[in-house]
Amino acid sequence: MANNSSQFVPIPDRAPPASQLGAIAWIRTNLFGSVSSSLTTLLFLYLFFTYVPAFIDWALISANWTGSDRSVCDANKAGACWTFIGVRLEQILFGLYFGANPDQVWRPVTIFAVFFALLIPLMMDRTPHKKWLAIALLIPFPILFYVLIHGGYFGIPVADTTQWGGFLLTFTLAFVGILFALPLGILLALGRRSEMPVIRALCVTYIEFWRGTPLITILFMASVMLPLFFPAGVEFDKVVRAMIGITLFQSAYTAEAVRGGLSAIPKGQYEAAMALGLGYWKRTLFIILPQALKISIPSIVNTFIALFKDTSLVSIIGLLDLLNMAQTASRSLEWNGYDMEGYLFAGFIFWMFCYGMSRYSQNLERKLDTNRRNES
Amino acid sequence: MTTETPTASVELGETVINIDRLNKWYGQFHVLKDIDLDVKRGERIVICGPSGSGKSTLIRCINRLESHQEGTITVDGIELTEDTKHINDIRREVGMVFQHFNLFPHLTVLENCTLAPIWVRKTPKKEAEEIAMQYLERVKIPEQAMKYPGQLSGGQQQRVAIARSLCMNPRVMLFDEPTSALDPEMIAEVLDVMVGLAEDGMTMLCVTHEMGFARKVANRVIFMDGGQIVEQNEPEAFFNNPQNERTQLFLSQILQH
Repeated sequence: MANNSSQFVPIPDRAPPASQLGAIAWIRTNLFGSVSSSLTTLLFLYLFFTYVPAFIDWALISANWTGSDRSVCDANKAGACWTFIGVRLEQILFGLYFGANPDQVWRPVTIFAVFFALLIPLMMDRTPHKKWLAIALLIPFPILFYVLIHGGYFGIPVADTTQWGGFLLTFTLAFVGILFALPLGILLALGRRSEMPVIRALCVTYIEFWRGTPLITILFMASVMLPLFFPAGVEFDKVVRAMIGITLFQSAYTAEAVRGGLSAIPKGQYEAAMALGLGYWKRTLFIILPQALKISIPSIVNTFIALFKDTSLVSIIGLLDLLNMAQTASRSLEWNGYDMEGYLFAGFIFWMFCYGMSRYSQNLERKLDTNRRNES
Repeated sequence: MTTETPTASVELGETVINIDRLNKWYGQFHVLKDIDLDVKRGERIVICGPSGSGKSTLIRCINRLESHQEGTITVDGIELTEDTKHINDIRREVGMVFQHFNLFPHLTVLENCTLAPIWVRKTPKKEAEEIAMQYLERVKIPEQAMKYPGQLSGGQQQRVAIARSLCMNPRVMLFDEPTSALDPEMIAEVLDVMVGLAEDGMTMLCVTHEMGFARKVANRVIFMDGGQIVEQNEPEAFFNNPQNERTQLFLSQILQH
């Protein structure tokens, strides 16, 4: 056999045919590959050039940016009235109290500056001491938030929660909702998969109850029915009620998102962890949850984005979030008729944060994908 | 077989695993029937048999990945009961290698090997890493320590899985068809590691169909069918002179190709 064996000669790699490369080839195959594909491309080009330049003209080129009252905008109806947003910016972003007291605007501005100073390094890859940044965001930051925004300490005038509103309120409700709903949701998801029937039944009941009830109903009940269960005189803060309602509702959705991740973990992972002698909590904490959460990042972020936008529903209990504050401002006597600008502005802010969350989650997924990591 | 068989060279010690009239059911299905098995320290047992014969279930009972309904299993003097503490005590001393490796994909090879020593044995991190590197060297892949399991070949992953178990310094190793999911070219590298372990005197129970490995390494070969032990013997006698006709049929089927 060794006598007449031939040697293995590898064929060298060659470049792909030239017709598959370059921009022209890409356009030909992807945009004009077939008749229907060409028609669709042309239709989109037509729609794009019909509407987009007109919108850009209205929103940017002909828009009114200056002035301090509606006379500028009324004189130039062809462009958007961003003057309105500029004049009412404090009110739309920070609510009625800070809108009425411009000298106090430094308080929410400081809070957002601190928030982003903590959050942005936390989201970047190579930041040292991430653990401490996260802890700072979870414990001292909410305290600072209360001290600065609510006031009443160190001679800072009180801004009562009834006066909270605008983006500040949206942010507060979403932050609290995410902060409490995530751990609660994880525990509920674990409970739903528990081997103990009582715990499982409790978690299933909780999840199905809150998930089956519209958020509006929950907020309404929190506002109208909660006081009925407590003696007269016990006042529940409206914002706190909204926070509780949102957290209960959100935790049920988060639980289901996490459960999706949990059920995707192969049985072998549990068995390998058990065979090494790891008990339930160590197994869950080190082996199961890191993998399950990674899988459920897209759906968890999805529920967070939904929550961020759903905070607008607090208008049902008389709280004015970003959207409702923009609407209120555009219906004031001074600015009546400029709803479009208010809605667009509120929509833009919502979009910016939701898109940011979405991008960050994609980034996180890529980073945590250990299967595709390059060789180091 | 060219290398000398280590069978005769090792003296067998005290009983490590004692299984006494073990019975197990999955619902109505009687999967293990009256199993009696005594494993001495240093003994290397190969369990073979057709699929569904209960061989995997048997070794999974030993570290309580499966629970049994009748009979007793005693590992290292501790009887397996519902008591979680006993179960974890036993699991700590019994390593297991799975057919599908079951490495933790979100942890590096090194972290796979140090997690249990650090959190179960309370070994300091640095020491655990040193021990892990020793075992990774022993399975001949120290250079892969910082990679993730997904970047390794099947054979490499299975060797990491063996190293991960060894890092707990177990008294017994269970192998559940460790080469069945591997490409033919990778089976040898895993079997080499297992032979090395056997030569060092590790007590091993292997469910495998690698008959060459059984001949070379085992003190005893057990044949199971229908949830019971049909025949057990030293490898020479087992392969050359099987007593039961069921064993003869099985061997003629797996050895004819």
